[in-house]
Amino acid sequence: MVQGKRQAYDGVVLAVPVTIPYVRFSTDSTAWWIGRALAALAGGAGISHRAFDGLSVASFSTAPDTAIGLTQHFGLAPRFIDFVPMGGVSGVVSVRRAARAVQAGDADIVACIGADTNHVDSFRHSLENFSRFSQDAVYPYGSGGPNVSFALIAGNYMRKFGATREDFGKICVAQRDNALKNPNALMKKPLSLEAYMAARAIAEPIHLFDCVMPCAGAEAFLVMREEMARSLHLPFARLLSTIERHHAFAEDAVQERGGWALDIDELYAMAGVTPGDIDLVQTYDDYPVISMMQFEDLGFCAKGEGPDFVRQHDLTISGSFPHNTSGGQLSVGQAGAAGGHLGIVESIRQVIGTAGPTQVAKARLALASGFGMINYDRGLASGAIIIAGDGA
Amino acid sequence: MTGHFGKPQRKNPLARTRQPLLPPAARSRRAHELTAAAAEGRFALQRCGGCGAFAYPVREACPNCLSADLILADAPDTGFVLSVTAAEVPADNYFRERAPWRVGLVQFDCGPTALCHLHAACTTGIPVQLFLKLDKAGQAVFFAAPREGKFDMADDPQWRELTADPRHRRVLITDGRHPVTGSLVARLREAGAGDIFVGVPEDWKPFAGREALERHEGVNLLPLDVTSETSVADFTRDYGAKIEIVINTADFVRPGGILASGQINPTRDAMEVIVFGMMRLAQSLAPVMIARGADGAAGAAAWVNLLSIYAEAHSPGFAAYGATQAAALALSHALRAELGAGGVRLINVLSGPTESEWFQPLQQPKVAHKAIADAVVDGLRRGLEDIYVGDVAKDLHQRLKTNPKAVERELGRERP
Repeated sequence: MVQGKRQAYDGVVLAVPVTIPYVRFSTDSTAWWIGRALAALAGGAGISHRAFDGLSVASFSTAPDTAIGLTQHFGLAPRFIDFVPMGGVSGVVSVRRAARAVQAGDADIVACIGADTNHVDSFRHSLENFSRFSQDAVYPYGSGGPNVSFALIAGNYMRKFGATREDFGKICVAQRDNALKNPNALMKKPLSLEAYMAARAIAEPIHLFDCVMPCAGAEAFLVMREEMARSLHLPFARLLSTIERHHAFAEDAVQERGGWALDIDELYAMAGVTPGDIDLVQTYDDYPVISMMQFEDLGFCAKGEGPDFVRQHDLTISGSFPHNTSGGQLSVGQAGAAGGHLGIVESIRQVIGTAGPTQVAKARLALASGFGMINYDRGLASGAIIIAGDGA
Repeated sequence: MTGHFGKPQRKNPLARTRQPLLPPAARSRRAHELTAAAAEGRFALQRCGGCGAFAYPVREACPNCLSADLILADAPDTGFVLSVTAAEVPADNYFRERAPWRVGLVQFDCGPTALCHLHAACTTGIPVQLFLKLDKAGQAVFFAAPREGKFDMADDPQWRELTADPRHRRVLITDGRHPVTGSLVARLREAGAGDIFVGVPEDWKPFAGREALERHEGVNLLPLDVTSETSVADFTRDYGAKIEIVINTADFVRPGGILASGQINPTRDAMEVIVFGMMRLAQSLAPVMIARGADGAAGAAAWVNLLSIYAEAHSPGFAAYGATQAAALALSHALRAELGAGGVRLINVLSGPTESEWFQPLQQPKVAHKAIADAVVDGLRRGLEDIYVGDVAKDLHQRLKTNPKAVERELGRERP
């Protein structure tokens, strides 16, 4: 078999980063949240939403509709639609597909939206219906939801690589510091390492502040060609490179790495940068152990050095390694599949210099990663993008 | 580690009885292949006919070679623990009220890794013995216990959820005249059962084992005639809420084909005892048992029917009996579904012809009543659902799986 050579994303840009502020519970349906996101995208771009000829929706809760039904719902006539119910990696996957569509001219402007509502009983309902393997082999063990799965992964990681709860706590505390500057973050109280350590156990070694809070919300952005952004007078971030991988390293008995480790050289080579060049990183932080794994698998340190890396760095906005500058899902909230878009939206804001109170000084290069789909015993999906802007 | 499972305290009669909740029961259709194995107490997994690899979770094609030839096969039941946790606040209510609930990832020696319910003594890295069990929802789940060290499994609260151990449970044996009663009472006493109530139809009529039964401490002989609504109602009024395990021994064996004159009456009598009798008992006792399915550590747990293998394979020499047994088996499946609402298991013990006088002319091997008693107590302790006792029953059950028509033809030669 001949390995194909990937084409660059020349001329593909991301613009109009949009967040519909989260709420813990919403009585509105997911379509309402998508509608608000579309309106905000149109407003931000200064054009009618009917000018979007591409629609990419990531959600767990649009049933019985998928993206196709939503076109009629919102009065769109797109020539490119995509439905990406892939949880934490759906943001990266949406970008990849939309980028190629606009690059090839199949579409001019793709609206990429991650949105989920959260009714009082949504969480339990989505656990029960998440996947066949989960239904057959996880949920019957009292382990519905990711807490138990990640407890098993985190426990194994701690034993093998010497990570401590304090290390995970440092990640969470830094993100809370960042979140206190983000008016849209649901978590508004400061978090100390003492409070983190003293929190009640959910499933050892996972404690309360290791878990995200499910909520309702939407994140969105537009993918287009550079000349379109310029004609609309929109600030934009260039897409430099992307990777995506599913069900890598099946041979690891317990998950110790994600698919990034397989593709990371390509991510940096395609972007023409090194990990040291990156100004800020948005990892997928459904649990801090996964962020720590990403520091390793995304090339910021070697496998097993994640705990030490965290100890060596200040992870806050003004620190030596600005990480999850909006507060991440751990402190902003996890609005379902929008969690996969959260880091991308924040990255766009950072590199075009519109992040406001969470702005990292001189941010030009950002890396945002995605991870997700605990189908059975591990997260299947991984992905990452590097984007560049003119800087703050 | 949990302590010794001592006799539960007497319940405060004013306290509310906890309603039975069940663990999640939804499964894919293929997942019930594991249910079938668990029901018989086998440890089995899907195995690929193409490459021989074991697969789990249950699949539609082998992930190694994509063969669709995945067949349930007995598998090595050993492994080691990869990672352990305890869910402190599970989303599901059944587990929430039993939390913390210990689970772990286990590497099976035969290949797959699986999330398993864990014995309290399981820690990371230790070798474990694996079990495929039926949970309170009647669905197959894995349980892992340490291979080294000595444990009384019944001391483990998570294991107890997967079994119907007679320890500290009160038992009703519905017909004390059945020749199995003596052995059954002895085995239940050894297993630590609480009070044993033994129903006696036509209480005034003497029977051989009576005195021996009365000598046992904690055994109460009481009038109970399953052919009478009044008798069953009277019994239930006094004892219905004190029974955690029912062992329905009511039987009526008469040989004969269907063509001989006078066969209608014994057929009707057999139906009265075996089929309508089970229904009368169920109508009176089952609702109370369902309501008490989570009533403390030794709540209502199981209903056992002693049936004949003629329920599945019908000999023309026992035509009426076979029809009655088949009807009882059919009825038991409805009763199993109803009892399931309370997490109460229904166990069918199907035996070959026994040493009963009514099977006198039949060839050996015949089943000793002691073997039936052993099978009942073993089935309760392991939480089984379908038990075949004796070589004839096992042989017929196996042959029925392969070629039911051959069984029909071959039994057809056993004319009355």
